Amino acid sequence: MAVIRNRRREMVNAYVLIFPFVAIFSLVFLWPTIEVVRLSFTNAPLVGEGEWVGLDNYKRLLSDRLFFTALKNNGYFLLLTVIPTTLLALGIALMVNRLKGRMQAFVLAIFFLPYILPVSVVTMIWSWMLDQQFGVVQPLLEMVVGKRVKVFQNPYWVMPMIALVTVWWTNGFNVLLFIAGLRNIPTELYEASALDGATKRQQFFKVTWPLLWPVTALVLTLQLILQLKIFDQVYLLSQGGPFNSSYVLLMLVYREAFQLNHGGYASAVALVLFLLIVVVSVLQFQLLRLGGRR
Amino acid sequence: MSLATASAVPSQGAVKSRSRRIENGLISVFTLVACAIWFFPIYWAFVTSIRSEERAVSAGAGVVPDEFNLSNYVEVLTGTKLPLWYWNSIGTSLIITAAVIATGMMCAYALSQMRFPGRRLLYGVVLACFMIPAQALVVSQFMLMNDMDLVNKWGGIILPQLIVPVVIIVYKQFFDAIPQEMREAVLLDGGGDYTLLWRVYMPLNWGITTALAIITFIGAWNSFLWPFLIITTENQMTIPVGITQVNDAFGVFYARLMSVALLGAMPVALAYLIFQRRVTEAVMISSGVKG
Repeated sequence: MAVIRNRRREMVNAYVLIFPFVAIFSLVFLWPTIEVVRLSFTNAPLVGEGEWVGLDNYKRLLSDRLFFTALKNNGYFLLLTVIPTTLLALGIALMVNRLKGRMQAFVLAIFFLPYILPVSVVTMIWSWMLDQQFGVVQPLLEMVVGKRVKVFQNPYWVMPMIALVTVWWTNGFNVLLFIAGLRNIPTELYEASALDGATKRQQFFKVTWPLLWPVTALVLTLQLILQLKIFDQVYLLSQGGPFNSSYVLLMLVYREAFQLNHGGYASAVALVLFLLIVVVSVLQFQLLRLGGRR
Repeated sequence: MSLATASAVPSQGAVKSRSRRIENGLISVFTLVACAIWFFPIYWAFVTSIRSEERAVSAGAGVVPDEFNLSNYVEVLTGTKLPLWYWNSIGTSLIITAAVIATGMMCAYALSQMRFPGRRLLYGVVLACFMIPAQALVVSQFMLMNDMDLVNKWGGIILPQLIVPVVIIVYKQFFDAIPQEMREAVLLDGGGDYTLLWRVYMPLNWGITTALAIITFIGAWNSFLWPFLIITTENQMTIPVGITQVNDAFGVFYARLMSVALLGAMPVALAYLIFQRRVTEAVMISSGVKG
């Protein structure tokens, strides 16, 4: 009898403890997820009800050139950021890892610092750095390409430059993950391989690299997901321009919903982005599980 | 044999170790140079912010600070709504942090220690949260907030930011590591689960609580897209959104803009520099690389 009462009491207590999370989750995540699917089949404005229009939004999507431009730009941005930032972070982590004690902590802190800055602070600093007239980086550009460039108003420069700013901003996070990965490699492995006469090069490719692969896979996939969701830097630096050359999916969602009042169509675009990210996330989950992580 | 090699090797070993030392030295120098380049944008923003507007854009202004002029800071603190945005950012970020930690800890305790129908489903939901991109939900979330009359209010900024699944996962890992006997002993003594959580599990995990709280706070302070969408009146803006307005108002007054930027980053930069090890630890643990 007492056991049954205890069981019931434990159950009630458990439900009380999980209630706040479950309630908030249902309200701000679950319900909007269901809603975004429903809305994508309506012509709802941002505020107010719309009518069921079936697949119209999706048909429009397939004939919307801006949608494909955005999709292409998202892909281009992934190319410009994901692998470069992973390699750069790996390189920096390997260098930082050779430093000792306070020096290492200091250098690591400097590399990590940009990551904790708000995005608008980052874009303000880089707008100043890259200002066509007064930017401190412009003489450097002048040396390389022979003239000063309005980088965020130039269709060829805009994406690489947003990518540069993004890598500067977020790279510290990846460096930190690689450092953690490097610290997890037992030093005995290096000692043993050194005794066996392995060169530094061999040590890197036979010990460091294979053991670091799970972290590398983690960094790559996290970056893939993060950079697919890009909006802030693009909005703040170029607003998707010039000539839509930096227009990305989330920008399309924002413009359709909040500027053109097309809640339904924006939901359809958002759902595409949603599905893209879910697919990548599921792949990531599987990949990491295969990699032997819990 | 071993003696023979040992006596034959030294000269060679000395040469090798010297070249190794030079190599190490070169790499250290290279690392420091890379580090300096990485830090330069922040340094440059600071140097610009303590110059007068004319000096900042004059051709002869070098990279060495030649003026120490705090008038830009005074001007933006008194001439813009920066103090109000600070208040909004601090208020909303603190509430988000407290709520995320509290709800996360409670939920993780139930998941880790208690048995109840739906436990596996809940755990699945928490894991699924990782995969749901909040950015793709902004349209329907905005409509919801509008229905709840929370547009341009703190509640509107806060609510959608309360779901941070990683906090639950990390707490669950730490709670799982506490021996079950502890719980059984307290339950036998007549204590309940609330007492356990409050008196045992929470005090045992202050370290990770601090770490999670700091990264949650930094994340909340820095979030841009959602506050940008839900707030349209200047008085309700948070720092990251508000400072972009100064940009529009001042035009190309870069010295003032840089002081705004640095003021906006100051609280999180300080939080990071003070709690550096905790932040590093939290980032590593919450990404699952360590712990």
